[in-house]
Amino acid sequence: MSHDLYAGPGETTDAKVINVGGQDWDEVIAATQDGTDDRMTVNMGPQHPSTHGVLRLVLELEGETVISCKPVIGYLHTGIEKTTEYRNWVQGVTLVTRMDYLSNMFNETAYCLAVEKLLGIEVPERATVIRVLMMELERIASHLVWLATTGLELGALSIMLYGWRERELILDIKEMVSGLRMNNAYVRPGGLAVDLAPGTEQKIRSSLELMPGRLDEYEDLLTGNPIWQKRTQGVGYLDLTGCVALGVTGPIMRSAGYAWDLRKTEPYCGYETYDFDVPVRDDCDVWARYKVRMDEMRESLKIVAQALDRLRPGPVMVADRKIAWPAQLALGGDGLGNSLDHVKHIMADSMEALIHHFKLVTEGFRVPAGQVYVPVESPRGELGYHVVADGSNRPFRVHVRDASFVNLQAAPAMTEGGLIADVIAAVASIDPVMGGVDR
Amino acid sequence: MTVSRDATSGMPRHTTSPRVREDESPAEAYTRIADLVRERLPDVVENAVQDRGELTLHVDRDRLLDVLTLLRDHHDLRFELLSSVSGVDYLNHPGLADDRRLHSVYHLTSLTFRRRIRVEVAVTVEDPHVPSAVSVYPTADWHERETWDFFGIVYDGHPGLTRIEMPDDWEGHPQRKDYPLGGIPVEYKGAEIPPPEDRRAWA
Repeated sequence: MSHDLYAGPGETTDAKVINVGGQDWDEVIAATQDGTDDRMTVNMGPQHPSTHGVLRLVLELEGETVISCKPVIGYLHTGIEKTTEYRNWVQGVTLVTRMDYLSNMFNETAYCLAVEKLLGIEVPERATVIRVLMMELERIASHLVWLATTGLELGALSIMLYGWRERELILDIKEMVSGLRMNNAYVRPGGLAVDLAPGTEQKIRSSLELMPGRLDEYEDLLTGNPIWQKRTQGVGYLDLTGCVALGVTGPIMRSAGYAWDLRKTEPYCGYETYDFDVPVRDDCDVWARYKVRMDEMRESLKIVAQALDRLRPGPVMVADRKIAWPAQLALGGDGLGNSLDHVKHIMADSMEALIHHFKLVTEGFRVPAGQVYVPVESPRGELGYHVVADGSNRPFRVHVRDASFVNLQAAPAMTEGGLIADVIAAVASIDPVMGGVDR
Repeated sequence: MTVSRDATSGMPRHTTSPRVREDESPAEAYTRIADLVRERLPDVVENAVQDRGELTLHVDRDRLLDVLTLLRDHHDLRFELLSSVSGVDYLNHPGLADDRRLHSVYHLTSLTFRRRIRVEVAVTVEDPHVPSAVSVYPTADWHERETWDFFGIVYDGHPGLTRIEMPDDWEGHPQRKDYPLGGIPVEYKGAEIPPPEDRRAWA
């Protein structure tokens, strides 16, 4: 191998290089025919439509058989963990929500649970119920994206359109609640940024009525489809031993027969009080992961309905004035913004309120020194926040154990020895979100 | 492996672990775990800290693999899953006791007993060597590459310790506290905003 990191394409000493750049396919095939070696190395990605973003897989092939698969990541690294160390505790929410961009509420909630554990505070009941409500809605949205993209990659094009369409219903709810479709920064240390907007409950209930029928339609489209079955059954096999050794959690572990779901095994946010099942399969393949995710969406619908019934009027932010964000946000037609009443209060009525507002917004609150690790069950598995505080107004260290990052390690185990076409199905079944992998 | 199934749908159902001891508080369990590790491996645990409902075992780095193997294999411990490895650079942290500012932190999960503990080793910047946990927990592979990449902790015995997030030819380890951020002052509405490193911090 050439050791010059700046070598151009084709500058290598140990093998012939064929560049595929949109030329006639016959030329590519002809170029491969006069080679002396049967083994070919193919770079799949980082720009490849079925790599869920900028994942690069270095595949060694013999014919169509994958001999080795090496995932290469880092193309979407943005240094979010480091950035949090230079912003205050509340600003951290807007950063972490941008990591795994399909599970914003999970990132926000896990981060806030960690900060609240460090502070030793309890958030109001209503805030916790709304967190659960938003997380479960988002789990459905995330699984719908998985269904849509996996369908696309395996040639089921119609499911792609339906998946995105129904996800839009949930994004509308998120927009109504937080002002933004994604990257919401809605969950804050101590509670929520703002209470549910009027009419949200009715909107969620009307979506709830729609969803079960739609999920049945997807299963009708896919489950009995022989092409879908052949592309998924027995493909991307990873058993429980492999899952535990490689740290794989979430739907992949549950597709290997083990009902490990942190909502049941280590409950947080009051999940132990909700009535739902943990879907499990024991086929260990892409098919099992498909079934697990479909069933999980139905279970999430059950939790959403229960959370809606539990909503009682009350505060959505802790009463402690040293922590609670002072500004009352208001949701207008143009999104979430300053409440004019609050602006009038601090600018015209009360000097003390202005000072308090200024101190808390610019300096923020301090968090006593220590460290915690808080895991939640994200749509992809265990999302853990290891947060270290040094007593100042900024996090000392925020490390995110992103489920995609760890699960992606299993790609070689799932694909090596199989066919190259099954690489697509196996990697899709991992459901990696590169924003979370690279952070 | 047997999975209990729902009578009507045939779908495997969730069951609670029979091994979780209801009569023991988390604090008592942590004390028992720390005592067990101390008894089996004398002079290895430097400190056992219980804080905010979590247990941290600070251990001697040379015996790290013995500790991890014991925690994984002992029938009363069974920490089968390594959830995460994270690096922390404790430079200028009020809790830093000596010059071993680089910490490699292992978050272990027991699937059987449904509890978590943290194992922590500390090294100096001059001698940042820690034995690799890949032989005990294969999942440590990418975690250790990440920690090497960002903190420069060298995991001896790792099968391929290369950078994972930063480009291969990157110099330095960006998440160390003394790594320069490299910002420049910016003018905004007549005022000069300093780069993040030089902004006011309420330490």
